[in-house]
Amino acid sequence: MSARPVRVVLRGLPLKAGALVVFGLSVFPVYWMILTAFKPTSDIQAETPVFLPTSLTLEHFSDAVTADGFWSFWRNSLLVTTGCVLLALVVALGAAFAVARMRWRGRRGFVLMVFVAQVAPWEALLIPMYVIARDTDMLDRLTTLTLVYFMITLPFTIVTLRSFLSAIPAELEEAAQVDGCTRAAAFRRVTFPLLAPGLLATSLFGFITAWNEFAFANMLIIKNQDDRTLPVWLSSFSNVFGTDWGATMAASTLFALPVLVLFLVLQRRVATGMTGGAVKG
Amino acid sequence: MDASRARGRGGRRAGVPATLWPYLLIAPTVIGFAFLLAYPLARNLLISFQHYGMAELIRGNADFAGLGNYSAILRDGEFWQVARRTLWWTTVNVTLIMVIGTGVALMLQRLGKRMRTLVLVGLVLAWASPVIATTTVFQWLFSSRLGVVNWVLVRLGFDSFQDYSWFAHGTAAFTVLVLLVVWQSVPFVAITLHSALTTVPAELFESARIDGAGGWRIFRSVTLPVLRPIFGLVLSLEVIWVFRCFAQIWAVTKGGPSGATTTLPVYAYQVAQSLHRYDLGAAAATLTVLVLIGALILYFRQMFRQEAEL
Repeated sequence: MSARPVRVVLRGLPLKAGALVVFGLSVFPVYWMILTAFKPTSDIQAETPVFLPTSLTLEHFSDAVTADGFWSFWRNSLLVTTGCVLLALVVALGAAFAVARMRWRGRRGFVLMVFVAQVAPWEALLIPMYVIARDTDMLDRLTTLTLVYFMITLPFTIVTLRSFLSAIPAELEEAAQVDGCTRAAAFRRVTFPLLAPGLLATSLFGFITAWNEFAFANMLIIKNQDDRTLPVWLSSFSNVFGTDWGATMAASTLFALPVLVLFLVLQRRVATGMTGGAVKG
Repeated sequence: MDASRARGRGGRRAGVPATLWPYLLIAPTVIGFAFLLAYPLARNLLISFQHYGMAELIRGNADFAGLGNYSAILRDGEFWQVARRTLWWTTVNVTLIMVIGTGVALMLQRLGKRMRTLVLVGLVLAWASPVIATTTVFQWLFSSRLGVVNWVLVRLGFDSFQDYSWFAHGTAAFTVLVLLVVWQSVPFVAITLHSALTTVPAELFESARIDGAGGWRIFRSVTLPVLRPIFGLVLSLEVIWVFRCFAQIWAVTKGGPSGATTTLPVYAYQVAQSLHRYDLGAAAATLTVLVLIGALILYFRQMFRQEAEL
């Protein structure tokens, strides 16, 4: 009688240990980033790493924030990101509605095109994009970046919005239309509120993709260094901070924070949305 | 109510014919794809057949080179080295990602609610960390003098890792990049496969157990068939993503030291950026696309099999 629980406990032990290892390995780099950002420089340069600090400082954050151009890069990233997300949402909502709710000739072809665009090797577009932007005098402009990010985020915005839309029964809209609403009003009053979580999750994916994008920002903004975005600035941190790891980790933390918070808050919805659209940022 | 009804009818009367609506709704998407995707791809193809360097970029006109760029690239020994390295890079990363990801998904299925939430939170944190932020973190973790990895390795008795410079050695830099990409990619695979597993009714596993099936048998006869379609989808996506991976490599090593971490996308970028040979870069990009099409075909076969089931 008493042997069984012990065996059960023992059988569960490797599993629990494995779970802790996975948890530790996934969290440690993030923990180490945030911790270093708060550590006094003497702790950062200690021969034996300090895993649990005794004192914390905000000095590295003030170094990062007052570093040359931080706020303008932050603003650039925010402008480009919100611009592309809003544009993609509006355009994708129309396309997703047409695909999920209407029957028309060429629908299958359109869906196929969206899927192709979703996995399109857009790194192969770096050089032609540069050449086209150069030819049309669009180089070194945030508008160009916004348009490129719109192109990158649009396909998966359509795919995920479509799967959220299909989950809302069309009968609800039809009922509203029977009650005298136009199709547009039925959509606005009935479907749109139900779609809100989907819109939220979808714009989160778009936000993350654009917020993180590096290759195009690195290629298309060259002369006008003030128009760079945060990822490009952060990737050249050694030019900015040298080997000041405290400031570098503070800047990285500030960069990652909005996404980390959004992700943790929306965790469950994100996971279902991801499987629905099978997309990654 | 009356007012809205009147407005409603009016709106419909004045509106566009119903058959046109879907086309109006997709028009912005189609235009966007045409200008931002199809046109640049076509332009890339064109450049790859031209002489296109710094001078042409400034003047704006270029002569045709026929297949010259392609034969120049294919005859270049470095290209083949890069191609082989890209294959190796993709194989190593994708294998690790799929094996670990599947393992973690199966583990999540067996864990209690509290432990499962804990692990999920950890995975989500790793997943959500922006690529460029984590590249700086990995550079910090593996930094030669103060890096915590060297400290742990020395503590474990590997004394040669005292002040070891990971980014000065080809294989070591490659290893760090693999660890970085695997760390970033496992959460997506684990969480996706885990949510696929939760769609299986628990009774299925229960009845298999009652029928006397052991762990391995349950895995083969219940878990595997359930996972197969989503597994194929995730696998082809990972192949595409790992193959295309650029930001991490560029930010950490720029393809170095002495080319040890140059993969095809990095190579195409290097040729264009530092040599100003946009034509060669375009040709390399076209070759990359051709290789990717193989993976894409795999992806779409899976995708439409999935679509049919939904």
